[in-house]
Amino acid sequence: MISILSTLRIALRALWVNKMRSALTMLGIIIGVSAVIIMLAVGTGLSKKISESISSIGSNLLMVFPGSSTQGGVRIGGGSQSTLTKDDADAIEKECSAVSAVAPEYHGGAQIIYGNQNWATNIQGTTPSILEVKDCGLTAGRNMTDQDVRNANKVCLLGKTVVDNLFGSIDPIGQIIRIKKIPFKVIGVLESKGQSPGGQDQDDTILIPLTTAQKKIFGTTIPGMVRMIMVKARNADDIAVAERQVTDLLRQRHRIGPNKEDDFTVMNLTQILKMAEQTTNYLTLLLGAIASVSLLVGGIGIMNIMLVSVTERTREIGIRMAVGAKTWDIRIQFIIEALTLSMMGGIMGIIIGSGGSVILSTIFEYPSVVSPLSVFLAFSFSGVVGIFFGFYPAYKASLLNPIDALRFE
Amino acid sequence: MALIETHKLSKTYDVGDEGVHALEDVSVKIEKGEFVAIMGPSGSGKSTFMNIIGCLDQPTAGEYLLDDRKIGGLSRDELAVIRNQKIGFVFQGFNLLSRTSALENVELPLLYNHVPTSERKKKALDALKMLGLEGREHHHSNQLSGGQQQRVAIARALVNEAPILMADEPTGNLDTKTSIEIMDLLVQLNRNSGTTIILVTHEADIAAFSKRIIRFVDGQVIGDEEVNPVRRTSPF
Repeated sequence: MISILSTLRIALRALWVNKMRSALTMLGIIIGVSAVIIMLAVGTGLSKKISESISSIGSNLLMVFPGSSTQGGVRIGGGSQSTLTKDDADAIEKECSAVSAVAPEYHGGAQIIYGNQNWATNIQGTTPSILEVKDCGLTAGRNMTDQDVRNANKVCLLGKTVVDNLFGSIDPIGQIIRIKKIPFKVIGVLESKGQSPGGQDQDDTILIPLTTAQKKIFGTTIPGMVRMIMVKARNADDIAVAERQVTDLLRQRHRIGPNKEDDFTVMNLTQILKMAEQTTNYLTLLLGAIASVSLLVGGIGIMNIMLVSVTERTREIGIRMAVGAKTWDIRIQFIIEALTLSMMGGIMGIIIGSGGSVILSTIFEYPSVVSPLSVFLAFSFSGVVGIFFGFYPAYKASLLNPIDALRFE
Repeated sequence: MALIETHKLSKTYDVGDEGVHALEDVSVKIEKGEFVAIMGPSGSGKSTFMNIIGCLDQPTAGEYLLDDRKIGGLSRDELAVIRNQKIGFVFQGFNLLSRTSALENVELPLLYNHVPTSERKKKALDALKMLGLEGREHHHSNQLSGGQQQRVAIARALVNEAPILMADEPTGNLDTKTSIEIMDLLVQLNRNSGTTIILVTHEADIAAFSKRIIRFVDGQVIGDEEVNPVRRTSPF
């Protein structure tokens, strides 16, 4: 067999002679490869966004909501009953071994005022452990204390969106804002968490002590009632254990008989999001598979052109055979030609695909992930396509009888 | 020891129900250094004969020995090596690669003989120079005249130092003056380098350059005679 370099030169010239045709054939591969890369990037970008959401709501998190209630035969939806109290939260923290932190919450909307600015936002009454539960830090100031909760102090922690809307460039720490006309002292600013998995702005919030919310802002029908208890399991493996412990404890505390329905709901948000993440992964695979079909079609385009090329160049093949080209000399020549087409298409596809995914991710605001793996995969796949679809035409050319090839018109 | 020896060589083409006999029982011996013209009208089997002894085609029956080696039963690749190293071809239609320079056309047999690049180029340039094509090395074949193209083809046939040159109607596409130039070249080659030349032609005045004429009619040899080649002064 003659050297690959010489063969490559022959192939490049043959492709250069039919510039337009080569370019169009390559286009099939370019579209295929860039489609694969973009699809995989969109898929991994989306699942990365979901995992970011998971970590933004806090890891290993369970949410306990009051259950549905039945009043005179009419069932009212979940959360309508005021069955959860701060005592439940304290009991969970004390008695459930798989739980590391608990934060009860009593929330509502309110208009807040600072100076001549005002803003409608979500007010969450909670306890200091909220920061631990939600894996949230402070960018300025301090957290509320247990003392603040006991005394129902009028202090608050602001989310970034609230700070931006009320204070602009002023330092909010130590300033007084009014919630429902009641003055609160700003003691801290929360770290930005971005959007929640449900698409809500998690920074558009104000944290105040639970007791303050219950007694001074919203009022409660039952003393100490909370709208939700957030429970953090010790680690990912303990989530299921924690869920069972919390359920058992609350059933016991609420005196629910063995065959009665729970009057609360435990939601394992992490699990739900993990499932969503898995679904996205399947979606990524599916998108990749669909894109691969276009790569396959591009490959068939190469085969088509190579077959035409073999027929057109039958006499050239005859001449080469007459001067001593062996079977594999001819095969390699056409395989290299097909491979050159597909690899050049592959490289351009990678460039266009990577560029495309960066542009898409900027437009639709999800993290851009062009993984080296997908680039490698697309490139080697295009190489395989070239060899696979180039082989048959090359094989066909190599089996020509020299004299028939020479006489071909 | 004959260089080329055939025993009852036959070639039959299947056309429709009955076979067409292109060659029938051809037994010929050609010695080293001969200049043989194979003559006959078209369809007489002379080209078929040349293609078979040139290892481009296989006979349907009979035996062929080249340099005492049986050719029947050799693989495609073994035949390719023989064509590469023992035989140079010159065709009526030149059969040069289009859109390819004269130099690269001449390098072709060396390429398939695995001669290193620099040596390949040197040998090809020498061959082109010998045929008076200096300065035309980088012309593409379609930029050359018929005579020049045929000389490139001869350079290609010689570059690998093949002992046999087979020419199938080498002057068929050329005018008389160029034809004579090309024939003179072949005569000189035969005389100076001892290259065995087998020439297929239907023109008597072209065959007249050779030393021996084998006549074919209807696939059979009907005459085989030594002749006195015409002597002309070479224009080179």
